[in-house]
Parts: sequence; structure tokens; C-alpha cells
Amino acid sequence: MTLKTKTIMHDRTRSTKWPIDQSKEAMIAWLMSIPAIVLILVFLIVPFILAFYFSLTNQRLISPNPTEFTGLQNYRQLLKLRVLRLDSLIDETGQPILDEAGNVTFPLEREIIRNPDYPQYAGFQNWKSWDIGNSRYSLLAGDVVFMKSLINTLYFALVIVPGQAGLGLLLALLINQRTKGVNIFRTIYFMPVVVSIVIVSILFRFIYSGDNGLLNSVLVFISAGRFTPIDWMASTTTAMPAIMAMSAWQAVGIHMVIWLAGLQNIPHVLYEAADIDGANAIQKFRFVTWPGLHNTAVFILVTITIAALGLFTQIHVMTRGGPLDSTSTVIFQAVRRGFDMQNIAYGSTISLVFFILVLSVAMIQRYLTREKKA
Amino acid sequence: MNISMTIKNKRRLAKSIRLMVMIMFAMIFSLPIIFMVVSSFKPHFQLLQDSSSLRAFLPVGDISINNYIDAFKRAPIALFVFNSVMVTTITVVLGLVINSMMAFALASMRWKGKDVLLSLVIATLILPFETIAVPLLMVVSRLPWIGSGGLTFGWLNSYHVQIIPFIVDAFSIFLFVQHFKSQPYELVEAARIDGAGWLRIYAQVIVPISGPVFATAAILRGLFMWNQYLWPIMVTQTEKFRPVMVGLGYFYQLNVSNTTGILPWGEVMAYLSLISVPIILLFLIMQRAFIESIATSGIKG
Amino acid sequence: MKINKVFCSMIAMLIVFSLVLTACGTAAPNGPDTTAPDVVDETTEETVGDPSSTPITLTMWYHGAGNEVERNILLGIINDYNSSQDKYVVVVQDFPQISYNESVVAAALAGNLPDIIDVDGPVMPNWAWAGYLSPLQLSDGALDDFLPTTIGMWGGEVYSVGLWEAACALYARKSVLDAYGIRIPTLEQPWDLEEFDAALETLTASGEFDYALDLGMAWTGEWYPYGFSPFLQSFGGDIIDRSTFTTAEGVLNGPEAIAFGEWWQSLFVRGLAPGTTQDPADRDTGFIEGRYALMWNGNWAGASALEPFGDDLLILPAPDFGNGSRIGAGSWQFGISAASQHKEGATEFIEFMMQDQYLVAFSDGINNIPSTLTAAATSKNFSSGAPFEIFFDYSAAQATLRPPTPAYLTAALIFEKALADIANGADVVNTLDNATDDINADIAANGGYGFDGSVVGPSITEDAIATGR
Repeated sequence: MTLKTKTIMHDRTRSTKWPIDQSKEAMIAWLMSIPAIVLILVFLIVPFILAFYFSLTNQRLISPNPTEFTGLQNYRQLLKLRVLRLDSLIDETGQPILDEAGNVTFPLEREIIRNPDYPQYAGFQNWKSWDIGNSRYSLLAGDVVFMKSLINTLYFALVIVPGQAGLGLLLALLINQRTKGVNIFRTIYFMPVVVSIVIVSILFRFIYSGDNGLLNSVLVFISAGRFTPIDWMASTTTAMPAIMAMSAWQAVGIHMVIWLAGLQNIPHVLYEAADIDGANAIQKFRFVTWPGLHNTAVFILVTITIAALGLFTQIHVMTRGGPLDSTSTVIFQAVRRGFDMQNIAYGSTISLVFFILVLSVAMIQRYLTREKKA
Repeated sequence: MNISMTIKNKRRLAKSIRLMVMIMFAMIFSLPIIFMVVSSFKPHFQLLQDSSSLRAFLPVGDISINNYIDAFKRAPIALFVFNSVMVTTITVVLGLVINSMMAFALASMRWKGKDVLLSLVIATLILPFETIAVPLLMVVSRLPWIGSGGLTFGWLNSYHVQIIPFIVDAFSIFLFVQHFKSQPYELVEAARIDGAGWLRIYAQVIVPISGPVFATAAILRGLFMWNQYLWPIMVTQTEKFRPVMVGLGYFYQLNVSNTTGILPWGEVMAYLSLISVPIILLFLIMQRAFIESIATSGIKG
Repeated sequence: MKINKVFCSMIAMLIVFSLVLTACGTAAPNGPDTTAPDVVDETTEETVGDPSSTPITLTMWYHGAGNEVERNILLGIINDYNSSQDKYVVVVQDFPQISYNESVVAAALAGNLPDIIDVDGPVMPNWAWAGYLSPLQLSDGALDDFLPTTIGMWGGEVYSVGLWEAACALYARKSVLDAYGIRIPTLEQPWDLEEFDAALETLTASGEFDYALDLGMAWTGEWYPYGFSPFLQSFGGDIIDRSTFTTAEGVLNGPEAIAFGEWWQSLFVRGLAPGTTQDPADRDTGFIEGRYALMWNGNWAGASALEPFGDDLLILPAPDFGNGSRIGAGSWQFGISAASQHKEGATEFIEFMMQDQYLVAFSDGINNIPSTLTAAATSKNFSSGAPFEIFFDYSAAQATLRPPTPAYLTAALIFEKALADIANGADVVNTLDNATDDINADIAANGGYGFDGSVVGPSITEDAIATGR
């Protein structure tokens, strides 16, 4: 058993026992890998490098204008942030002017931003502002929609990763029994995975519909009429959670199956020992199950995170980023700017930033969950 | 006596609760699909009416297969399914061979650079397809191909444009590597000592005992290929090569600024049901192998 | 061995399933695979290795996949053309409308466009500027009788021609308006802002309807600019400043546009119209089933509205918000691709399609306005006394093209988002300002799209045409 729990990078070929013909072995290994390597190069690496190249230019999808090299300008426009401090509007005596509600009034941000006297604020848009005393601090961004998308994407990932992983674990625990017919449940729980997310989005449009949608009807029925129907996709507070629920519904089946495998790999003797020691269900989970699931958990964590950060299709089909950018995600913006609005340079910039973001997150996760060398 | 009865009751109660929770989840996971399938048998207006009540899940009212008949009239569904089957099957089969070969080399052979390669392969998992879709299109439209017409440039509107870019799959390679590494190395050593060549070891020693992980990779890749949406829209231009997801647009038309009728929801549901069936069947066939393989492929570490 | 069994059964199942489906498919009458017997096997642009004097194949793409009526009409025209001469054979490929533009852009990127494509009117300048299309050299006088908005022009050249035009109007019911004492507007005297608003308030207050006005917010995409920018223009604003075509400043964020924006937002705040989460099914059936009092829609919806209401149906002109009543103009048009090797043949075919009899055929079939007066006079729905004749008048009097500039492609997306955001409660001034900035940035990034600040391009608002009827 312990022999099998090795980390992925452990190289067991070091102690070979047969006569080593190193160069021949290496050549055969390369030969066996060549088809895959060529395919990866041509269809993954080369497009990626192209995308990187585009991000340094002003390439359009199709245009009679020649492409120019612009360096990091796209990145700057995408990522720049500034804080602008505004002083309140004051009357002749130097007192701040108040509006009807008694709040201090301020000049509009755009009077500064679009003012040629302040070139350092050119190309920004107003994102959010906070009023403190007689000053307003406005956060300006080069691309407000991108920033909102970034936050939405992180919000989605932060909820989905524990939520979907946790739900998958719960389902796996539920069906981890040897009774007959449990396979039916396992199949039913997995069925949504098989249906395309495009189809799921279309279906859920029906389900989330405001007045007569299925979800509202079911909730009204369950609550015996006390529930008032909500227009799930209309409100900025419920739209993203609705997308989360839908995504989890579709994808949790896969993770349930992976958890299940992890569960079934925990040696039964450990549970018997715990029983002998008089442990109850919760203690068994804490001291036998959960430690045994460590590697499974890491695997699930990393895969869900990457998938969650890449959220796109549901948004593209269902909400187009709305309402009010509350469901816009990074990849959705990449496709919208790059393909729909034909600005492939900017779309590639977003893709590159996304890649760096996910790579960093994945590496942090790996670091945090590495096996401590006891 | 009393104590054991209480424990038994407690257990029975726990079991019933567990069963109820499982049934509740079963309903949550199956109802939308049931809605889709049941709606496909209802006429348009009844479908819409029913969808606001619990009748949505019940095959009541004017049930018929008219939607299916109309759906076949509206789009060459058989052709689309055939194309999807072709593309999916070929990609999956070729992928299994190529990905597992590389994984075997990475997992069981000794050569310089394999660790770097493995890291590189895993890094490509991060890239969502949408980010490289347009550059890939540009690449693919300049590649040469030798076909019935001789040497042509540009792969668009063909089967190979839908197949070849997707044969290699980092996730499959990863799964295979995990699995091969969990096999006892003694098998390989013994074969090597006997003088077997590496390819033979791969084909005759490792592969035969890896059935379940092959099934897993096949299902996951098959799902991905069958449900592909963006790429086929970009690269198929005639019905001859269109797969099922592009055909969706024949039914689901928003912004109907130039069609004669209203959105045919019944036919939409029929089409959605039709194109989900093959992949559900595939899963049902493979599920035992799939589940088994997840259990034994050593998703650990 | 385990794998073999698993694979064999998998492949067998899939083959059986697709065989079953093939049987179903070919057994269905009117199956799409059995149409157009003259249609030659599809080839891509290169008719490689074709030594004999067989007819040259002209490939054509059309956006109407899934729509049988349009398809049959088109195939009929193609059959007529193919049998009328033996130099060319036209082969058409349908595309689903929802992904048509993406497919064309991808094909253009790959250099794979067919000989003849159809293009949505307002998008045409972008494709012409980008080099996908080449000018149409039609014979003299071919375009004489065509409605000006059906002729796609860019940089002074004709690039595309539409076989039909589309117009929008307010659908209403006489019985409803009478019951609530609302004046019935006419083309000469449409509702103005106050009247329109008051009517909506009255209808809402009655409680009889879910909503007073159905704008069609469920139809995301080109409908938003097509259906709603006329309101903006009627207020006095616009998407892009048409005097220079290089900026949206002042027209999209000026006082008129802001007035429009605030009225637009108020429609949803006051509950007068369903908003962005409207169900597509409600859009289709709401007015017909009496849940919406008024419906803002195009002539294509006329048939399904006429059926339940008959004489009770009213087709009312767009309100005049201060700058004249405006409705959208410019529908799908046909052009030839720049990479075509057979431009003469393609042009010949397009001219063939432009004959009155085919304009009538399309009009009768899909309920759109035919492009010539003469065709309208013999059409089922737009001739004298026909139920939808009034659309022709509306189009003549009120049609305003969306800004004919390559910038429109991006500007439309930006404008659509601004409309949706305002409808969802965003700050009007901020949203319009940001939209203006975005449009301007895009224009600047593209070197002005060919405009150097002076006036280039076709005239925009067409004066009334002498109807001569």
C-alpha cells in the first residue's frame, strides 16, 4: 500500500535492473512521444505563441490597415489602476455644497478624466468611489469591465471550488455503500455531466425564468405558496449564484466519481480499527477518511480551480455578461473583445493575463498542498 | 434489550434519512433532463404552458412524436450525428494510442528531458480552448494536406480539421501517466530482462492490463469532442461536415428577424434530446469500466 | 481482452444508432437531403482537376438554415437559374443564423469565402472595408426601382443588394385602444412622447395586461440596435455622428441621447415593458395571447398577429419623440466575395435573383417588404389593400439606415450593451459616456475606418419616395 502512494514526480526508473542501453532507450522514448509532441507544438504551443505575439501588437481580426507593434500598451490599458482624489464642490465662502439629502457633492470624475489638462488620467474609466469626509476617492481603471470580470471570476471560483468539491464529496459519501441499486443513483448523479453545457444553459434559461420558471414553480409548490417568485437572472445579486448552481449541477458528477474512487481506496482495516477503538461516525471521517483522501482532494482542488477560472460557455449562451456585468468573466471578455469585436490583439492580451493568473494560482495551490516530507 | 432496540431504530432512522437525501438529490439531478425529454413530446403551446407548473415533468396532454418528425424535416440530423460520431470516434481512438504511448515513455522509461516534458504537458492544461481558438484557426488555414485533390493548403471544412488538433490531450496523458506509474514496476523489469523491446512492453504488457483507464480517457475525451461548440462553428462550412452542436442553430434561433415562425421549442427539445442520447448510451455502456478505472488508476498524488 | 470488448461494443452501439437515425432521416418526407436535384456535389473554391467543359460551380452561403420556406424559395430560384443557362451552376449552403457571422469571419480569416454571400445590411460596410466583398458591377438600370435602403453602398460603390426590406411598427388592437380611450395614431399624426407615455400608463394601470409594451428585449443581438436605435434617433441622438463618422461624441452622449436614455430606463422602472430577462417564448406569444397590449415588432411578425385578431389588428407608426418618427432599415443583402474567381457569374446570378417575380416569392413566403414598387404591387401582403401595405409606407417615410460605417460592427455591440445596462438600472449618463468612449477608441484604433473626417459614404435618411400608386 505505501509503495503506491508516491508523488507524481518520484522517479522509480532510477534503479533499473536490466542492461542499460541509454541512447537507444532515449531514442525509443522520443519516438514514442514524437506524435504527441508534434501535435502539442503545432496545435497548442504555436497558437499560444501567436496569441502572445498578437498581444504585443494592434492586430485586428481582418483589416486593411497594416499591423503595428505596440509593445506592452495593451497590457497597460488592460491592467492600469489609479486613484483620483476629488475635493468637494465649494461655494464662495469655502463651504462644501450639499445636495438635498445633505451629502457633500463632488465634481464628476469625467470632468477630470476627459480634461486635456490632466493627461495622466487619459484613457481611464471610473470604477468605484468612496466618500470620506470632504474628499472623494475614485478608483480609476483602464478597463473597468475587465476588472469586474476578474472579480466575478474569482468570486465564482472561490464559491465553486469548495462548494462543488464539497457537494461531490457529500454525494460520494452517500452512495459509498454496497447495497444493490446504489448504481442507479450513481448513474443519475452523473447524467448531467453527459449533457453539453450549451444544452444545460438553454434548459436552465427556462428553469430560471422569472414569472413562470420551473424553479419558481417548484419553490412555490414546496413552500405551499409562501415563496414569491424571483427573477433569478435579472438581479445582479442572484445572477452569478444562479450560474454557480447551474455549473455545479452539471459538473459535480465527475468529482463525485473521483471522490468515490478515493474513498474506496482507503483500506477497510483502518475503519475496523477505528470501530474497535470506539470511534463514532464523525471521528471516523476526521481521522480515517479525510487523511486518506488527501491526494484525491489535491487533484480535485486543482482541476476544479482551473475549470472554474476558465468559465465561459454558460455566460456566452445565457447572460452575455449581464446584468450589468455581474456575470462577465475573464474568458468571456477575451472572446468578446477578441472575436466579436474583432480586436484580436486585446483579446490575446486578456488570454495571456489569464494564463499567468491561473498558473500562479495552480502553483500556489501545489505549494500549499505539497506533501510534507516527514 | 432496550438499548439494542434503540440502536437499531437509530440505525434505521439514519438509513431512511440517508435514502431520502439520496432521492432528493436524484430528483435534482434528473428533473431538468426529464423536463427536456418529456417536453420533446408535447406540442409547442402546451409545452410552454406546462413549463410553469409541475406538469412540465409529466408526459400528459397531447403526446406525440410530431416534434421529432418535424425536427428531421428541418435539419439533416442523421448527417450531423454521423459527422459527430465520426469525428468523436476517430479522435478518441487515435488519442488513446498517441497519448498513452507518450505517457508510457514518460512513466516507465528513462530518458533525458522527460520531467521537463511532463511539466510542459501539464502546463498546457491551463489554457482554455477559447484563448487559442483564433490563432489556431490561422495556423490551420495555412497547413498543407494531401487528399483526393492532391496537395491543398488550408484545412477548413473537413473532418481532419475537427480531429487532428484535438488528438493530443494533456489530461489523458496525465491520467495515463498516473496509472502507469501505479503499476508494479517489476512487470516492466521482468520483460526487459527477458529482452523485450519497449514497444512490445507497451503493447503487450502494459496496455492489456490498463483497460479501465483507457475507458476513462475515452469517455472524458468523447464527451469533450461530442459537445464541442465554438470550433465547429468556425471551421465547418458545409452541412457535409457539420457536427450536432452546430445543428443546434437550425432550431434555437433568437433574434428571429427573418424567419417565418416563432421559435419551435418542441423541436428544440426534440433535437436536444436526440443529440444527448448517443453520448448517454456511450456512458451507460462504459460506466462500469469507467468507475472501476477511476478507482484503480490511482488518482493519488 | 477487456479493451477490445469495451471498444467493440462502444463502436457498435454508435454505428447502430447512426444507422437508425439515417434510416429515420431518409424516410422523412421533404428531408433536406432530398431537395434540389440539380445541385452538384459541394466543392470548395478550387474546382481542381476539372478538364471537361462542365459548368462552373458558384458557391453561395445563406444565413437561413432551419427555415424551410426561405430555403425552398431560394432553391427554386437557383434551379431556375441553373436550368436557364449552362455556363454556371449555383450551389447553396445554409448556415444557422445564430452563428452565421462567426462562420463568415472565420472563413474570411482562412481565405475560404464562397463566391456569393449574404450579409446583414449594416454589417456590409465593415466587410467591404475589410476586403471580404468586392463591388457589384450590375448592369445599368438594374437598381433603378429598388428601394434605396436595399442597396448597400460603401465609399460610393454598390457592394450588395437586398431582395427585401423590413420595417417595424407598433402592433395594437383596435378594441383595446378604444376601450381605454386612446387615440389611434396615423402616419401623418403619430403619437408624440407625452401621448405615447400616457397611453402606456393607462394600459398598465388597467391591470388587464402583464405589460403595456413588448419591446422584444428577449431578442439579444442585432435586434437591439435595429429596433431601438430609431427611438434614439427620433429623440435626436444617434449611435455615431454621421457628419464625420469618426466620433460618437455629442450624439450618443449629448442631451438628446440622455433624454432618450432616461426615458428608456423609466420604461422598465415603471413596469411598462418587460426587461432583459424576458422569456423568448413570451416574446413570441405574449401579444398574440393578449398578455401584452402593444408590441414593437417587424413586418415578419405580421402573419402570426393577423391570424388571431383579423380586423382588430392595428399596425401603428412609430412614435415621434421630437425628431420625426424613425424605424430601422436595411436587411439581409447579397454580395460577392473579393476572392471569388467567377465574379461575372456571381454578379449574373445576383441580377437574376433581383427579378420581380422572385422578390414577390420571398415577400409572399416570409412576409418581408419586396424591394421594388412593382413587386410590391403584385405581392400578397404589400399590394394595394393588402393587410400589410402600410409597412411599405412606413418604410418609405421613416426608414433610417443604421450608420453605414465599418465601425458599426463594434459600435452595435457596444450600443446593445449600453441599452441593456440602462434597462437594468445603470447610471444613464455614465453608461452613455462610456459607450461613446469605447466607440471612439475603436474608431481611432482602426485608423478611422477609412474616414478622414470629411463626409464619405451614402446619404442616410431617404426622402419620401413618390409612391405613384
